Amino acid sequence: MAVIFVDNVEIDAEEGRTLLEVCLEKGIAIPNLCFIKHNDSPSASCRLCFVEIEGIEEPVTSCTVKVKDGMVVTTDSAEVRELQKTAFRLILSTHRIDCGNCPSRKRCELIKISRILKVKLSPEIYDPIERKVKAEEHPHLIYDISKCINCGKCVYICKKLHGRSYITFARRGIETGISFFGEKDAESIPCGKCRACADICPVSALLFYEHYSDLLKKQ
Amino acid sequence: MSGNNEDIKNAFSEIKKNAEKNFNESRNSDIPAIYIGMATCGRAAGAEEAERAILETLDERNVKADVIHVGCIGHCYAEPVVIVDNPGFPPIFYYNVTAGKSKLIVKAFLERGDPLYEHLLGAMEENELIPSVMGFPRFGMEKRIVMEKCGHIDPEDINEYIKKGGYASLAFALSKTQADIIDEIRISGLRGRGGAGFPAWKKMEAVYGSDSKEKYIICNADEGDPGAYMDRTIIESNPHQLLEGMMVAAFAAGASKGIIYVRHEYPLAVKIIKKAIDDSNRMKLLGENILNSGFSFHIDIFEGSGAFVCGEETALIESVEGKRGMPRTRPPYPVERGLKNKPTVINNVKTLSTIPAIVNKGGKWFSGIGTKSSPGTAIFSIVGNVVHAGLVEIPMGVTIRTLIYDICGGIPGGKAFKALQIGGPSGGCLPESALDTPIDFDSLTEAGAMMGSGGMVVMDEDSCMVDVAKYFLEFTKNESCGKCTFCRIGTGHLLTILERITNGEGREGDVELLERLAGDIKRGSLCGLGKTAPNPVLTTIRYFRHEYEAHIHSKRCPSLKCRPLTAFYIDLGKCARGCDACVGSCPVDCIFTTKGRKKGIDQEVCVKCGECVTACPEEYNAVIKVSPPHLVPHIEKLEESK
Ligand SMILES: Cc1cc2nc3c(=O)[nH]c(=O)nc-3n(C[C@H](O)[C@H](O)[C@H](O)COP(=O)(O)O)c2cc1C
Ligand code: SF4
Ligand code: FES
Repeated sequence: MAVIFVDNVEIDAEEGRTLLEVCLEKGIAIPNLCFIKHNDSPSASCRLCFVEIEGIEEPVTSCTVKVKDGMVVTTDSAEVRELQKTAFRLILSTHRIDCGNCPSRKRCELIKISRILKVKLSPEIYDPIERKVKAEEHPHLIYDISKCINCGKCVYICKKLHGRSYITFARRGIETGISFFGEKDAESIPCGKCRACADICPVSALLFYEHYSDLLKKQ
Repeated sequence: MSGNNEDIKNAFSEIKKNAEKNFNESRNSDIPAIYIGMATCGRAAGAEEAERAILETLDERNVKADVIHVGCIGHCYAEPVVIVDNPGFPPIFYYNVTAGKSKLIVKAFLERGDPLYEHLLGAMEENELIPSVMGFPRFGMEKRIVMEKCGHIDPEDINEYIKKGGYASLAFALSKTQADIIDEIRISGLRGRGGAGFPAWKKMEAVYGSDSKEKYIICNADEGDPGAYMDRTIIESNPHQLLEGMMVAAFAAGASKGIIYVRHEYPLAVKIIKKAIDDSNRMKLLGENILNSGFSFHIDIFEGSGAFVCGEETALIESVEGKRGMPRTRPPYPVERGLKNKPTVINNVKTLSTIPAIVNKGGKWFSGIGTKSSPGTAIFSIVGNVVHAGLVEIPMGVTIRTLIYDICGGIPGGKAFKALQIGGPSGGCLPESALDTPIDFDSLTEAGAMMGSGGMVVMDEDSCMVDVAKYFLEFTKNESCGKCTFCRIGTGHLLTILERITNGEGREGDVELLERLAGDIKRGSLCGLGKTAPNPVLTTIRYFRHEYEAHIHSKRCPSLKCRPLTAFYIDLGKCARGCDACVGSCPVDCIFTTKGRKKGIDQEVCVKCGECVTACPEEYNAVIKVSPPHLVPHIEKLEESK
């Protein structure tokens, strides 16, 4: 057992566990989008879970830090908040905000984060960027890049369940998003019976056709 | 290691004896030797045409000479370069050797003994006949360690390399302990030449100290910086030196497998390094039980897809593993968990190519060159507005001023120096006030730039610094792997803001916004690409803030570079009545005749291509460029010419 101090509160935690995971379990609010429990090699790509740790000069991502006895952590310093707000606004500048029609609105992580950071659900100082990519066909799935926040959870879960990933990141830079690899053959892919990727997607950027048509009917 | 030192010595002297014999048989010292620089840069400048002309003329005139391909000597401004070693003369360096000059060299020099003083740069050694090139600062002030043999030897001839001292450091190292070699590198103070300047011995030691059975060494020859070509040239000009350095490092670290990661866009480098590996394997300098020492080592080539981010060590490893080239978080560092999660040393081409000289001459010798904290030499490809562009190798600590003005001949056309972009897309722009900064890892970082892997672009007064920042951001934005938020989206916003500034749509507060976003990207990004991508923006703001402000507040581009902020008009005082030289040059037909039968430009139609500036006869020079565009005077048309 290790004792750590988070925002001046003493916490007992198992040495070697991920700092972010421990904090979240104790109800400490740290914004995060790409973190997946029990994943040994975190992608650390959303850049939201920053904290300050005594003895380390710059803020660090808490999903890549292991708990060590005596660690002193601050989750809401000015530097941490500055980085988080910028990262959050950058993500929002590529996320089409359409809460009224979004199936994820009740569990929306983005709304939660805007509350933690006390900022609007808006990119504010950054002009929105429309990402243009050619739509890919898939027998079951629809992917909407204008909502995707590139958290990578879908790719992770697919690989975990099927041993290989039937979806993956493709393209570079701002156009990076999910690709189906041209997996069009309904027989050879497991997607018909599995909906893990759509379930894990925090922003409903991946949807199954039937789900999608329900959505259209409701509108 | 199991080998006995005597065995190693014997095995090596046997190889050396054979190599010397084979080399001597392949060359005939009684006839002239003509060395042609045939690296990618030489070929691009016309070395193949020069060779063809030489061969044809030799044949035609029935003159005997050996024509030998060598790599690049680094003097790109002089290419194609031909060095002629004519018995009775010192070896002579000829520059810009066109097909015509090639013929002349054969006819005048080889046939008649006239060395053609007007076409030579100098002799390659001191002599009484012809002034030596060493008197020329671009030669004399350089210090060549890694590039010593570049352009002097045939890169495809392992025998020549061995004859001239090659692989001696390998034989020596194998007769020492691993700890001895690591210690020698530690004493040398060698720091990684791939950008960050990390002490080379520490990586070797970490991997050596690990108890993993499998260990790897990777040579990073991805070289993605636009305009940089040092690593390519070194591979194309002296591949065995790299292999030798890699073998010594592998021995010290205990790695039995090496990978050279070369970009696919370097076909000649790939071909040459492959041949070098085959030759070393054939001569048993690579493979099992090298020189009977008990040390076995194999090298493979991996051709990268040419993505900039794949030069980042963890992305490079992912790419070798067959995954998408995206960086991993560090720690763990590659020395702990590298290729296939095994301890891996990863070093740049130049770092590894320096090792043979260190082992041969001693760490102490190396540490005496350059500065205390950055020993040795720095290799740059210096391009842009500079007279003697090309590859230079200088002792660390030389100032930027000495490099540009003394060694490289200054700025052409009598223009003023404005900035030096150093370190490529991760580096920064340094202004005139930084000319006295010594070139070493720490001084450059302090000035806001960085050593990077060695690209340098010299810019004269006509360069717009906002435009320069935009150029580099466009590059990094496209090369971002798309993994982390700051780099994927943040660089896009930096570019958008820069674009609106250069388009004359800059908003109040844009400079501050750039600074804030750039700072956040620098601190928040996952890998080195994002952490350094804002440097061109931050340094241009730091040193040239007034240029940003002129663009934003007065819609003026001080260097008259940004098209939307400039305009052309014809100065009626200078324009010659009746002359219409410019009229035909305009692609959009917007030049009209004025009342006084002079010319004017229709501002509504003009696309600002600048063709008329070139077309206007020099004695008039009547086309004027201004910024902001509203400075253009109103010029009336002649009614009927409409
Ligand atoms: C975006 C990016 C691109 C890089 N490109 C290269 C490269 O082309 N060549 C290289 O040797 N190092 C490159 N590096 C540095 C490598 O990550 C690594 O530090 C280097 O290969 C280590 O070798 P050294 O210790 O010999 O310098 C790059 C780093 C980053 C962040
Ligand atoms: S589709 Fe959803 S789960 Fe997949 S990366 Fe985008 S936001 Fe994340
Ligand atoms: S949760 Fe740590 S970077 Fe995304």
